[in-house]
Amino acid sequence: MLKNFTCIMCPRGCSITAEVDGTRMVSAEGNFCPKGLEYVYQELTNPMRNIASSVLVEGGELPLASVRLSSPIPKDRIFDVMEEIKKVKLKAPVAMGQTVISDVLGLGCDVIATKNVGRA
Amino acid sequence: MRQIDTVIIGGGPAGLSAAVRLWEKGIRDILILEREHQLGGILRQCIHDGFGLTRFGETLSGPEYAQRFISQVEALGIPYVTDTTVIDITEDKKVTAASRNGMLEIQAKTVILTMGCRERTRGAISIPGERPAGVYTAGVAQSYINLQNKMVGREVVILGSGDIGMIMARRLTLEGAHVQAVFEVQPYASGLPRNILQCLDDYGIPLYLSHTVTEIRGKDRLESVVVSQVDDRLQPVKGTEKEYFCDTLILSVGLIPENELSLSAGVVLDERTKGAVVDEHHQTSVPGIFAAGNVLQVHDLVDFVSMEAEELADSVAAFLKEGELRSCSLAVKTDGNVTHTIPQRISGTKDFKLSLRVRRPMKDCRIRLLQGGQLVGERIMKKAIPAEMIQIPVKAAKLNEKEDLEVKVIC
Repeated sequence: MLKNFTCIMCPRGCSITAEVDGTRMVSAEGNFCPKGLEYVYQELTNPMRNIASSVLVEGGELPLASVRLSSPIPKDRIFDVMEEIKKVKLKAPVAMGQTVISDVLGLGCDVIATKNVGRA
Repeated sequence: MRQIDTVIIGGGPAGLSAAVRLWEKGIRDILILEREHQLGGILRQCIHDGFGLTRFGETLSGPEYAQRFISQVEALGIPYVTDTTVIDITEDKKVTAASRNGMLEIQAKTVILTMGCRERTRGAISIPGERPAGVYTAGVAQSYINLQNKMVGREVVILGSGDIGMIMARRLTLEGAHVQAVFEVQPYASGLPRNILQCLDDYGIPLYLSHTVTEIRGKDRLESVVVSQVDDRLQPVKGTEKEYFCDTLILSVGLIPENELSLSAGVVLDERTKGAVVDEHHQTSVPGIFAAGNVLQVHDLVDFVSMEAEELADSVAAFLKEGELRSCSLAVKTDGNVTHTIPQRISGTKDFKLSLRVRRPMKDCRIRLLQGGQLVGERIMKKAIPAEMIQIPVKAAKLNEKEDLEVKVIC
């Protein structure tokens, strides 16, 4: 079966057409680089995404510190991870790169702060 | 009056990149003027990732991308002031700024315009109807949610398929809102394909092309919007109206370079880009005034903003050393398939990068750069879309100094 994919590995956003047999990629065309093949393989077996959100900061110059994941997670776990992120409250100061949740839900990646928030 | 070699108007990605590069080139008498309380510009609220792949070879969130440059500015000790709004620039490069500490008046040798852009609003696209609360531009909603911890609504409709609109569709969904649909008046999306996939498709949010909002209803708070299909002249088709009940309408209907200050300095603008007309040095029609980033042309990726500003800085350094830059008497002319180019003028003696966008989606096309019928540059594209800014490097060795440059798209 022929299936179309929009690669999200970079902003180029290649449209890839792949010949697919179940979760197996038989052939693919339209990808500019090898990452496109990796992406199609991943989409067929276990689609992964990174997400960004923010957490509350107490006593900070800003009410929120932005966060993201250190690496992508399975797409179907996005809302579970969002629930965990919503529970967090940090105390200022927050440093960019600081681990906010370590190994979130055992998924093998951390939630990390992406912004410095100084004390108010 | 205080004298400064280079005043940079705006401490977003373009201004910061230009400042760092200038410093590296030995230009130390710099001042960055920023109207917000912190440096970083719009990136401060763009908390999603995907920035930096071209410039840094890794994917970063907006605040992280900005911080790379802010940290450099801090480490190098490049002078900047925040909470300071520039209110006037003159043709002879006097810069006036207002802050809580009073007025600042500076005589600059060079001025770098990096003010970025602003969003088109409901007024700009003239949506009929009532005027309830609950109608936001995408960037304003983004600022409320990502900077101020204020949720904008629960039942959401989005008009316009710009990247920020799609990114906000995902952000609102993650924060518990229900995004019913994204409507786009054009027959193609105005944002990048990857955002259609990871911001809309992933969350089951439908994108309706050739549709627009034709009425806004609600007394105090938005209650519903009426959506209609449009024909090929973008006019609403009678009988296709459908009402969507919602408390929030997000507009992602385009960005406009913010050039009021440029105009006060006598800088000539390009009707097509709404930004300055510049030459291959990024110099505007006023010698010593330069422009880069979204104030010059709306970019798709911040990486290209930084790189454009870095090229600009090289020219500013040369201007300060030599007192003037080589004049650019050749025009860059386009056919109907191209919306605009940057630069608009060249000398024919210098390597440069030509930035452009196509007017409509095209397949298997060749973008050809010609001088007197001679091919001087070419880009062959399997698909070209308006959402993407296309950059083509041009070598001086191929150019002559006599003929205008023509840009043609052949399909």
